[in-house]
Amino acid sequence: MPWNLDSDRPIFLQIIEKIQTDIVAGIYHPGDKLPSVRELAQAAAVNPNTMQKALSELERTGLVYSQRTSGRFITEDTKMIQKLKSELAREVITEFLEHMQKLGFEKQEAIELMEQTIRGETK
Amino acid sequence: MTLLECKHLSKRYGKHNALSDINLSIDSGHIIGLLGPNGSGKTTLIKLICGLLTPTEGEIYVNESPVGIASKKAISYLPDHSYLNDWMRVRDIIDYFEDFYEDFESIRAYDMLAKLHINPSDKLKTMSKGTKEKVQLILVMSRRADLYILDEPIAGVDPAARDYILETILTNYDENASILISTHLISDVENILDEVIFLQNGVIRMHTSVDEIREKEQKSVDALFREVFRC
Repeated sequence: MPWNLDSDRPIFLQIIEKIQTDIVAGIYHPGDKLPSVRELAQAAAVNPNTMQKALSELERTGLVYSQRTSGRFITEDTKMIQKLKSELAREVITEFLEHMQKLGFEKQEAIELMEQTIRGETK
Repeated sequence: MTLLECKHLSKRYGKHNALSDINLSIDSGHIIGLLGPNGSGKTTLIKLICGLLTPTEGEIYVNESPVGIASKKAISYLPDHSYLNDWMRVRDIIDYFEDFYEDFESIRAYDMLAKLHINPSDKLKTMSKGTKEKVQLILVMSRRADLYILDEPIAGVDPAARDYILETILTNYDENASILISTHLISDVENILDEVIFLQNGVIRMHTSVDEIREKEQKSVDALFREVFRC
């Protein structure tokens, strides 16, 4: 099953986001070995060079490190993963608030609506 | 390393300029889409590279040598129409390719046939258009070539088989080989391409990477194509 990628944004960025999400969501654990570039490219149905570019970028940020002969691994720095998790969460919330604003809801109203939704109430 | 180089390449058919002053360089390890509207010169360019047409002007180098026996060994070419004999069985054609090309690997061909549920004992004559296309692509991808040139490889096959074919292309090419794919089904292939070449009226309109297009234009290659070549 190829990864679900948008057609109007750079592919390598979307690969980075997908792997970041997988790390944060615990699909990959700290210290886990990542599949090879080729395997990942096949799984995502993307060009191996694009996958390589995405992994190099993840390496640059420190989230992934490579060991000369044995491959690439997820960082063991759980603080870094925790930080990434908060960052991603903040992005989702900002996006949500922007959407709500477009629909005409102020922040406070948005929060109230959200609480109602969580409680399972409908207006 | 430069795998393919075209220098000031032109092809005229009588008074008609099919290609004019094409300068193109392709390195190994890339998958390149050759895109353009009907009659833009894609097949002419491909046939020149394969040595099936002679240029009116200009030069082509494959692995730094002019087109010739060596370049034909290095290139595995899928033409846009079938040239195989209809009465032959797939098995016989595989034997034929095995004899013909040093770098042909029958095991890979049989493996791909099995995955696509194609019986090697079937005659081409009894197959649908799409199945014939699959057989031809399998033959082409079973060689260990430096450059694969695929002219409209997925036009006649259903979407599920298309996915398998793209997967086959990704699995079977090694990092030192390059693949040049000409197609109109851009949205189906654009995720596996790293570069695209837009051809228009025999000239290169654009040669760039897929992610660069997406970054700059914030649209897919398919959408950009529709915009650039709007009728």
